[in-house]
Amino acid sequence: MSNPNMVGLIRNEVMKIASKKRLAVVGVILVILVSMFTYAQYREIQEKIEKQGTLDWRVELQQEIVDRQNRLASSGIQDEFRQFLEFDLKQKQYYLDNDINPNYPGAPTFIRIFLSQGVTLVLPLFIIIIMADIVSGEYNDGTIKTLLSRPVKRWRILMAKWLTVLLYTSMVMAATVIVCYGISGIVLGYDGWTAPILTGFQASASGEFATEYIHTLPMWKYLLMSAGLAWVVTAVVGTISLMISVLVKNTATGIGAMMAVLIAGTLLSSIGSSWTSSKYLVNLNFDLINYLEGQAPPIEGMSLPFSLTVLGVWTAGCLAVAFWNFTQKDMY
Amino acid sequence: MSVKPTVQLENVTKIIGKKTIINNISFDIYPGEVFGFLGPNGAGKTTTIRMLVGLIKPTSGKIHICCFDVRKQFVQAMQRLGSIVENPELYKYLSGRENLQMFARMLPDVDEERIQEVIDLVDLTARIDDQVRTYSLGMRQRLGIAQALLGRPDVLILDEPTNGLDPMGIKDLRLFIRKLVDETGLSVLVSSHILSEIELLADRVAIMTHGKIVKVGSVSDLVGALSAGVDWRVSDSFRALAILQESPHVQAAELYDDHTVHTLMDESKTSILNEALMKAGIEVWTIERKVQTLEDLFISLTGGDHIV
Repeated sequence: MSNPNMVGLIRNEVMKIASKKRLAVVGVILVILVSMFTYAQYREIQEKIEKQGTLDWRVELQQEIVDRQNRLASSGIQDEFRQFLEFDLKQKQYYLDNDINPNYPGAPTFIRIFLSQGVTLVLPLFIIIIMADIVSGEYNDGTIKTLLSRPVKRWRILMAKWLTVLLYTSMVMAATVIVCYGISGIVLGYDGWTAPILTGFQASASGEFATEYIHTLPMWKYLLMSAGLAWVVTAVVGTISLMISVLVKNTATGIGAMMAVLIAGTLLSSIGSSWTSSKYLVNLNFDLINYLEGQAPPIEGMSLPFSLTVLGVWTAGCLAVAFWNFTQKDMY
Repeated sequence: MSVKPTVQLENVTKIIGKKTIINNISFDIYPGEVFGFLGPNGAGKTTTIRMLVGLIKPTSGKIHICCFDVRKQFVQAMQRLGSIVENPELYKYLSGRENLQMFARMLPDVDEERIQEVIDLVDLTARIDDQVRTYSLGMRQRLGIAQALLGRPDVLILDEPTNGLDPMGIKDLRLFIRKLVDETGLSVLVSSHILSEIELLADRVAIMTHGKIVKVGSVSDLVGALSAGVDWRVSDSFRALAILQESPHVQAAELYDDHTVHTLMDESKTSILNEALMKAGIEVWTIERKVQTLEDLFISLTGGDHIV
């Protein structure tokens, strides 16, 4: 391959990031978070054993179902929340009827929950920590001048940076799975890869609970799908931060803007479904694993293909803006 | 001359908003010469250099490096160019060697051997594996030059290379550039706002102010045209003026006051003229060579913009 080639350019970017030890910071945060969650799980299990004398998931699930029923019976709950509760109730009932434990104890289940909870906030946060200054850092250090007076076209330099974002997205995902498995297994045990799990719950057109698409998957397959969806979301967030990094020369401002995007997404999706056109916002489509679990979507009419399309369009738009700006701009 | 210029600027203009930053400038640089780029801060030197290295697009005009258009044949043009724009901007959190390895990957045909070669050339071998953040300004400058030389360029651009260097460092840099040009025959463009530096270093000079080039010429021509000012302090300047004006060695003589005559003359004939004045009974009190430099030229060209 000719030199300068893309692999060499990516090696350069990896070298810059690696020497800033950002991945190590993310690793430390990950270990601390996972350790805390594992300990919390451990305490919960201990408490249940104390209360019930035994650890029977059927009893537990039955209790949760009763709890949902009680809440539904009480007056004054919002329509959206009622819908969510009904859906959740039916799902739990379905697990119970089919004698499948939705939370089979073990490290794989811990990974499943961590991915599901982390996909909208923690995993994107990691990629932002690593990637926020990938372009703006070069402005701040002045190295952009040296970088862009090389005999390499500007679009290739940005392409290398974007591919590096995707590479680090993969590394964040791998690190998350490995750390979750390693640490939570100490308490929860390391088996459960083949435990069955149900997927394919969905609301029918009329919003009713539909069972026709429900099927069981072995845990490992389910986790692979979860991790894949989480990868997509993290990569999209990485791409948006790349664009912001190109547009905003100050790294701190860039991180702030990205955090605002993330937090606004979480808030909006919990606040309300009345503003239906908000489903076209990129940050309302981050909870892809939701579709796998079969929870009711934040806004009616959203589905996995819909969300993937929205994410795809936004990603393409961000890349177009980033590349156009980066290749056309005068560098002072 | 059939030698092709390595750097060609043709009618280059840069307008930002409504302000004309660079106003229709043109110059050529030839192989084996050190070209000085002189002007006060804010004259447009750095903007011009940024256009040369492709960081800024000119509003109009053409820039060629070794006959390659910087806009249309960016990659070929940059392969023949090494540069430091403003400060040597390198990755402080990497070692000197890592910096060079990284830039080498962005150039064709630069191997470890070449990297070691430039490290030896700038004499950084002892500290090359330390982080750049621990380097002194002089060492960063040297690493910057190593980086610029990696790809065996035909043109080397150094923007204010002596900024922050001590007198010893400036002298070393001057000798280094001279040696480099003599050995490899490349062209060097050095910008500076310090006149004495350019005078010592450059073969030719372009003087720039307010975005315009006011003069391009060889240093010896520019200095030669100026250096023959001699002031005479005498007892009777009126009579002295007449004698001096008659002499074939004096190009111009001018009465300044009752006791002073300013002349432009051949310095080597000073004693002959002194004798002629004494014979005529005029007391000569002092003969002073008026130290004229590029600065005088600069002031006369720009109408009073001072440079250091």
